[in-house]
Amino acid sequence: MTTLLVIGLDGHESGDRVLEYGKRMANLIKDCELLLVYVVEWSPYSFQTAEENAVRHKRREEEISTAMERVVDPAVASLKAAGVAARGIVRHGDVADILNDIAKEEKAEQIIVGRTSSSRIRSRFFGSSTSNLVMNASVPVTVIG
Amino acid sequence: MKKFYTALLISFAAIITARSAFAQEAMTIDQQVNSMFATITGPFVNFIFAPIPGTSFPWIVMWLVIAASIFTIYFGLVQFRFFAHAIRLVKGDYSDPNDAGEVSHFQALATALSGTVGLGNIAGVAVAIGIGGPGATFWMILAGLLGMASKFTECTLGVKYRNEYADGTVSGGPMYYISKGFKELGIPGGKFLAILFAIFCILGALGGGNMFQANQAHAQIAGIVGDYPGWITGLAFATIVFAVIVGGLKSIAKVTEKVVPFMGILYVGAAIIILLVNYDKIGWAFGQIFEGAFTGLGVAGGMVGALIQGFKRAAFSNEAGVGSAAIAHSAVRTKEPITEGFVSLLEPFIDTVVICTMTALVIIITGQLIIDPVTGNYLLDGSAIATVGGVSGVGLTSAAFGSAVSWFPYVLAIAVVLFAFSTMISWSYYGLKSWTYLFGEGKTSELIFKLIFCVFVVIGAAASLGPVIDFSDAAIFAMAVVNIFALYFLMKVVKKEFHSYSERLASGEIKRYKGH
Repeated sequence: MTTLLVIGLDGHESGDRVLEYGKRMANLIKDCELLLVYVVEWSPYSFQTAEENAVRHKRREEEISTAMERVVDPAVASLKAAGVAARGIVRHGDVADILNDIAKEEKAEQIIVGRTSSSRIRSRFFGSSTSNLVMNASVPVTVIG
Repeated sequence: MKKFYTALLISFAAIITARSAFAQEAMTIDQQVNSMFATITGPFVNFIFAPIPGTSFPWIVMWLVIAASIFTIYFGLVQFRFFAHAIRLVKGDYSDPNDAGEVSHFQALATALSGTVGLGNIAGVAVAIGIGGPGATFWMILAGLLGMASKFTECTLGVKYRNEYADGTVSGGPMYYISKGFKELGIPGGKFLAILFAIFCILGALGGGNMFQANQAHAQIAGIVGDYPGWITGLAFATIVFAVIVGGLKSIAKVTEKVVPFMGILYVGAAIIILLVNYDKIGWAFGQIFEGAFTGLGVAGGMVGALIQGFKRAAFSNEAGVGSAAIAHSAVRTKEPITEGFVSLLEPFIDTVVICTMTALVIIITGQLIIDPVTGNYLLDGSAIATVGGVSGVGLTSAAFGSAVSWFPYVLAIAVVLFAFSTMISWSYYGLKSWTYLFGEGKTSELIFKLIFCVFVVIGAAASLGPVIDFSDAAIFAMAVVNIFALYFLMKVVKKEFHSYSERLASGEIKRYKGH
């Protein structure tokens, strides 16, 4: 059975180290697929103007295609070039929730993420998305510094 | 069409310059704007508020309440039976996770609410209580509860018949459901009614959605820093509105959208604290509300006077049956238009039954209205009830909150200005959608409307409360005349959706994704 590893991408420079680690794991496991997930931070409970609502569907499509083109597709391509099986998806929502949901849905063995670099004040109140993931995930989480 | 625009712009420019040229004359700019405005809008206002022959009851108020009652009966008390379901929809229990990133039910509701929660809840209620006495509150709550069914009907249609363009943007509202719905049912005249609605919606946007807001925001600021000419506030406001709607300065709108809900919570929170401190008087206040509802307790017009004021203010505050909310709600992402109808019925509840009632209770409990100790009735000062500080409108609410928490008028002033601003932004969108429905979507056409909108901010701030409030009410109620007339034809479409949805909900075909 193929082992599935979920990899969280956020478009920052730590992403390269995360990918590098994922590649190494895939080569060690041999029969392994990497699922790259890019999450667009979004809450269904935020406040928007009527004008923003009217163009929301269009913006969402744009956000998905931009993330695909700029982050996910290049990463998938480089992994495939290195001989590693990989696919990618873009989702909207809370990073920690989405990564955990996908890991459960796809029966992944592990989640691999980079360290998030949110400001200290924000993380003091809300916790960083990485620490939220580590606290709540239903599969092991590897955090790359 | 170009000529029409030019003529319109020139006439506005002429009005403005003519007014300032006479500034040194005996009348101030404010007085000039005021008297001219009252003369122009008089006939329209008189028609909308014409009493039913032989009574003193305006036919328009009857029109709204009868419609709300008919929808309530026709949909079998939908506002009570589906209240809990509406809350589950807002919580996202039935939202497909794959639609994450689209406009949620919560967001559509919040956007529509930021257009209605505002001065109607603060100043409007004070006007109603000031004239109709505490009894007006009873009729206001009743109208709010009935209005939930009107809102349900129009918002379902708003989503069902919206236009979805190839680029993924949406436009919806009464002008779309009237023209498309009538065509679908084979009823003639849909296009005509849709155009009529759009015209009234533009007037409503300039009136209640703009001038009334500017006017009350000025009153609030002047009340704190001392009296100064209204057009100064108007210019300041117009500049900011211009920056947002024309300049695309999203940051201001963003900040407002974040601060307004916070202000709403703060306002209700403060009201609750005042009520808790005076808990011993709550029973008495409700007594006044019930007694006043049926006797008037000495107000002008007695019970009917209280009833008219209550119904009028509820309709003006929650806009049920007016059609404006259908424009705001139509952007939601859902496969079932009726779900947005359920969600929207929470709007009159939050707006009128909760927030308006809070304002009313605070005014009554803090003893702002003067009671004749001998008769137990309210003392009249002209046609309105005499108040402790001789104030009316937002000033009355401010005095009521200030009598309990001395610094609260300052918070209220900020809240009023922000509410006014967010309502203006919402209504500029409703007006714009109607404008583009009439004149086509395009940069020039949109810009012309936005400029006219800004000019009216200045006029609104300069005019006095009386004529502005009359015109605002009249324009918004004129929308309801067309909208409700069309809703009677279209309500069977909603009923079909309603039946189909209830059946699938009962059979479990409508899936619940979380919250089991």
